[in-house]
Amino acid sequence: MSRPHALILRAPGTNCDRETAFALQTAGAETRILHVNRVLENQKDLDEFQILCLPGGFSYGDDVAAGRILGNQIRHHLAEAMYKFRDAGKLILGICNGFQVLIKSGLLIGSQDVSESNNMAGTLTWNDSGKFEDRWVHLETCGNKSPFLEGIEKMYLPVAHAEGKFVVKSPDRLDALATEGQLVLRYCDPFKSSEAPVTFPENPNGSVEATAGICDHTGRVLGLMPHPERYIDRTQHPRWTRGEGGAEGDGLAMFKNAVSYFS
Amino acid sequence: MLWEVDIYPASGQADREASEVVADAADLGFSGLEIATSRGYLLEGDLHPEDVRRIADQLLVDPVVERTVVAPVGSAELNQPPRKDLHPLHVLPKPGVMDPVAQSAMSAIADLQIDVSAIRTLKKYWLPELEDRAIERLARKILANDAIEQVVSGPLHFKQLQLGTSYDFDLKTVSIRDLDTAQLDQLSRSGQLYLQTAEMKTIRDYYRSIDRDPTDIELETLAQTWSEHCSHKTLAGRIAYEGPIDRKGSHGQRQFENMLKETIFAATVAIRNKLQNEDWCVSVFEDNAGIVRFDDDHNVVFKVETHNHPSALEPYGGANTGIGGVIRDPLGTGLGARPVCNTDVFCFARPDYPADSLPQGVLHPRRVMKGVVSGVRDYGNRMGIPTVNGALYFDDRYLGNPLVYCGTVGILPRDKSFGSPQPGDHIVAIGGRTGRDGIHGATFSSAELTEESESLSGGAVQIGNAITEKMVLDVVLVARDRGLYSAITDCGAGGFSSAVGEMGEKIGAEVYLERAPVKYEGLSYTEIWISEAQERMVLSVPDKHWAALHDLCRSEDVEATIIGKFVPTGKLSLHYHDSVVGELPMDFLHDGRPPVIRQAQYQPPVEQPLTPSGNQLDCGESLLAILSSLNVASKEWVIRQYDHEVQAGSAVKPLVGVANDGPSDAAVVRPLLSSRRGIVVACGMNPHYGDLDTYHMAASGIDEAVRNCVAVGADPSQIAILDNFCWGDCEKAETLGALVRAALACYDMAVALDTPFISGKDSLNNEFSFMMDGEKRSIAIPSTLLISAMGQVESVDQCVTMDFKSPGNRIYQVGVTRNELGGSHFALVNQLSGGRVPQVDPKMAKTTFHALHQAIRQGMVRSCHDLSEGGLAVAIAEMAFAGDWGAEVELAGEQHEIDTEIEALFSESNSRFLCEVPDNVAPRFEALFENSEPTITFAHIGTVTEGKNLVIRGENDRPLVDLSLRQLKEAWKKPLDW
Repeated sequence: MSRPHALILRAPGTNCDRETAFALQTAGAETRILHVNRVLENQKDLDEFQILCLPGGFSYGDDVAAGRILGNQIRHHLAEAMYKFRDAGKLILGICNGFQVLIKSGLLIGSQDVSESNNMAGTLTWNDSGKFEDRWVHLETCGNKSPFLEGIEKMYLPVAHAEGKFVVKSPDRLDALATEGQLVLRYCDPFKSSEAPVTFPENPNGSVEATAGICDHTGRVLGLMPHPERYIDRTQHPRWTRGEGGAEGDGLAMFKNAVSYFS
Repeated sequence: MLWEVDIYPASGQADREASEVVADAADLGFSGLEIATSRGYLLEGDLHPEDVRRIADQLLVDPVVERTVVAPVGSAELNQPPRKDLHPLHVLPKPGVMDPVAQSAMSAIADLQIDVSAIRTLKKYWLPELEDRAIERLARKILANDAIEQVVSGPLHFKQLQLGTSYDFDLKTVSIRDLDTAQLDQLSRSGQLYLQTAEMKTIRDYYRSIDRDPTDIELETLAQTWSEHCSHKTLAGRIAYEGPIDRKGSHGQRQFENMLKETIFAATVAIRNKLQNEDWCVSVFEDNAGIVRFDDDHNVVFKVETHNHPSALEPYGGANTGIGGVIRDPLGTGLGARPVCNTDVFCFARPDYPADSLPQGVLHPRRVMKGVVSGVRDYGNRMGIPTVNGALYFDDRYLGNPLVYCGTVGILPRDKSFGSPQPGDHIVAIGGRTGRDGIHGATFSSAELTEESESLSGGAVQIGNAITEKMVLDVVLVARDRGLYSAITDCGAGGFSSAVGEMGEKIGAEVYLERAPVKYEGLSYTEIWISEAQERMVLSVPDKHWAALHDLCRSEDVEATIIGKFVPTGKLSLHYHDSVVGELPMDFLHDGRPPVIRQAQYQPPVEQPLTPSGNQLDCGESLLAILSSLNVASKEWVIRQYDHEVQAGSAVKPLVGVANDGPSDAAVVRPLLSSRRGIVVACGMNPHYGDLDTYHMAASGIDEAVRNCVAVGADPSQIAILDNFCWGDCEKAETLGALVRAALACYDMAVALDTPFISGKDSLNNEFSFMMDGEKRSIAIPSTLLISAMGQVESVDQCVTMDFKSPGNRIYQVGVTRNELGGSHFALVNQLSGGRVPQVDPKMAKTTFHALHQAIRQGMVRSCHDLSEGGLAVAIAEMAFAGDWGAEVELAGEQHEIDTEIEALFSESNSRFLCEVPDNVAPRFEALFENSEPTITFAHIGTVTEGKNLVIRGENDRPLVDLSLRQLKEAWKKPLDW
């Protein structure tokens, strides 16, 4: 099978597009970085890709709220194309700001109806610390709903955000997501029992149920706050000089999963 | 109609803004304040209620965590307190101040197909019943900054937001030909030209010779171009210096025709001549940033700037636009470099400075620090440039003049390292629009701050919009690779005036000012020309590429406009519609300034013994006190707010060790993800040494910056350095003398170490004057020289960090400790004065750096840390708690040329390192230093232990320090853990 084609969609303020493309290339994908204006002009462009990635950054400055403006553009102009993309068995990944965009576009856990934008199940809001923070976190996967996380149990990755706290509208919405197996990635404290609540700084933002990543009901759309593209090379690990971390970074496995999904 | 959308935290959600205000207010003495806050938008336009509701629901509010109140401004429901007995106070950006959120909201609303004509954001504070004076104090000290914001206590009664009234063209001339000296000086001040008498006379005489008066725009152009900020006329001027002229302090005189050229630049020239074919400098002191070789295909560039004066008045905006400005330097270097990392160094008065003894017109240092840190954070993070290095330095003399240094490293293809505009090229402005913001920034920054600066020069203070700059960066790099322009520069201080004036210096230019896109109506031709509005670049575009460039920009929503043309006339001619509003010969503009001639004298204070002698002091207590001193204490609170890993090149992070919180000596990044080659960034700065002798301060700063690079693995034969002088009023011969003395050291050290200066910048006049008890007082900053270093490492896999790795490994001290406690942190925390300032033996320094580099390259060193503030004791404590392993250390040994154990522990002698070395490589490690020429002093001083204590023994095994790692780390982490 030929290498799958991955589209990295950038907008004004996107700033993790280059390294995300590099991670996907390293995993074996052909990549292309396109401005969202190009896709808005010609939605057919999406057809040539199997993987769509919304990378990290500050789309439109995160003005109004993180990911909101690009999320709205997608909701109003690209929702149909994106659902078509997903329903064709393709993969969509949102990292950090990309996760915020997916949440706010309604694509991940919301309603497909534009007029229903007020009926969001959950959102990503300000960290409990009230500020942007860059730190490394331990993660554990839950269930096997998302092909991105297949075979992965644990990862150690950096987060770097101000608005990454996942909150839900009501407890039953949370139960529904859990029952569906959509809460696929959690912050964890490897030195405590898995029952103990995960607190700051292991849970860096105060997310409910220590949620770090969520997929949609198909599992093929995944959003996560941590940055897998920042841990591809061994020297990106904060303690590689202490001999910690493997020969390749934990984040690479996710991109390899995306690539091998199409082979 | 004007609508207001107020957004409150939904019930059960925290009101973060309120908690922060309450905490800050407690510092001011308002205890137990209970308040509520909301943020909001004012929307103007012919809007139906359902339109506004839709904007609120679909765009502005997050229904999961927020609730809204939507109504026309003035409606009762907007003034309904969220809790009983609270009264509203509104804070809004002043008209014309950059409001990025409003700008983004504007285009997002257009996307909803709703027509809104203007937007402004607002913050609403609901305060309890307070006296008017208390409200005013809260507003002034915490809630708003008068330089950029307006405060409305009680209900809002705005009718409209629209800005600007139409402008009626009126060509202004200034009668200058008949003015006498006093009148010229008066004109210089009242027109905010800040030119000197001789310069005003030269201008007057020029206009006499051409038999007309200047127009206002000509005068402004000359003032910008001749300003200290743009021309560095003091340091590049003629200086007669008398004082110590060498390292030993021999007295003598030096006459400089161009002081910078004969010291700093001359060092680089000497190094390049010596290196011949091995010369790795590409472009130095020419472009917006210095350029050096990186690999076969790429060069790297580095520039550090200061943004002190604006940050004193509006810390957030000043720092915001400081980092925004320096990022445009690499982008405007050669044909444009891609920024790969930032460095930020700040100097403040101590954050617990007593609030009631602040001079009038000064913001509290804690507020300044918080504002500066968040200003850099919000811009750097949004640009996607990792902030990987920095420093914080505290001294109360920075009270009226905080220092904000921002630096950016960039990378560019080798064949894109030079640009030159061609006659016939279009002058193209891209990026942000021009407004009234930042008028007189260049001339203002060259003047002394006073308590009235705020009202005089509020226009010089700005807020940045990082996303506009990111959009410019994105298109510029594409346009560069497609070869769509022949030169590029940034619009910094002086705006179009500087950018076009500099680019067209060798050709000539005509500019059509009415074509520049403006933010609002009403700007005069002069305002357009000198505005320093942010996020603008100027390109020189051949006609055949204009269409392609324009299309590219439009495709990413970046505005690009032809504002003029480079024409081979040797003249700068400025047009507004059909009128010529200014015409200046390029040679008068650039070379007409009369030379500045100054006297400089320097006499360092006579060396006194350290008093009282530190012998009676407890070593452990002193160690803990130094770890807790603000300059040494952990900066994690700052570092984590900066994204230091974006672009994914991070190989040695600013925080290292077991718990990711130890202080790294330098940061290492891989600018090209497909390559192992790395860039090392570090800095050195020692203002306290400058109180004793600025020569040794400068030499120590260079030694520190270089040794920080070497400590993580940089190759000492390829380290480039930058100088940033921040000084007091250099019209005073002693102040200028202190600077010349430092510049002499820069020459000596750079040449001795083969570390070329590739760029630099100075900020003079950092003095603050104010009235107290009816007398004029003035505070000058300590002489502050920041040395920034950019090293390289062949492969990042060779790098080492400073945290102890394994128990049983040996600890070596490399380099000699001398009786050098002058200006030390031991003296600082114990309030001792006098002592000898640390000096550098340049030959020994160079040999040490090279030998250590060999040891690191050959993999012998498991951890390495430089000895700086706090000396041996602090370095070893940091290595221990960062690695979470104890250490046993003996002080006795021949590595000391000292009198007492206090000096062994705390002296800050230069060119020293601690290395952790496994037993089995120890003989090879020792041989490297023994066989060096000259032989390098080193000693095996101890062992890494399994225990969790740091034990340091003196003579006869007497324990001088025995402290747990927990105690040490806590002392170090606590002070700035905000």
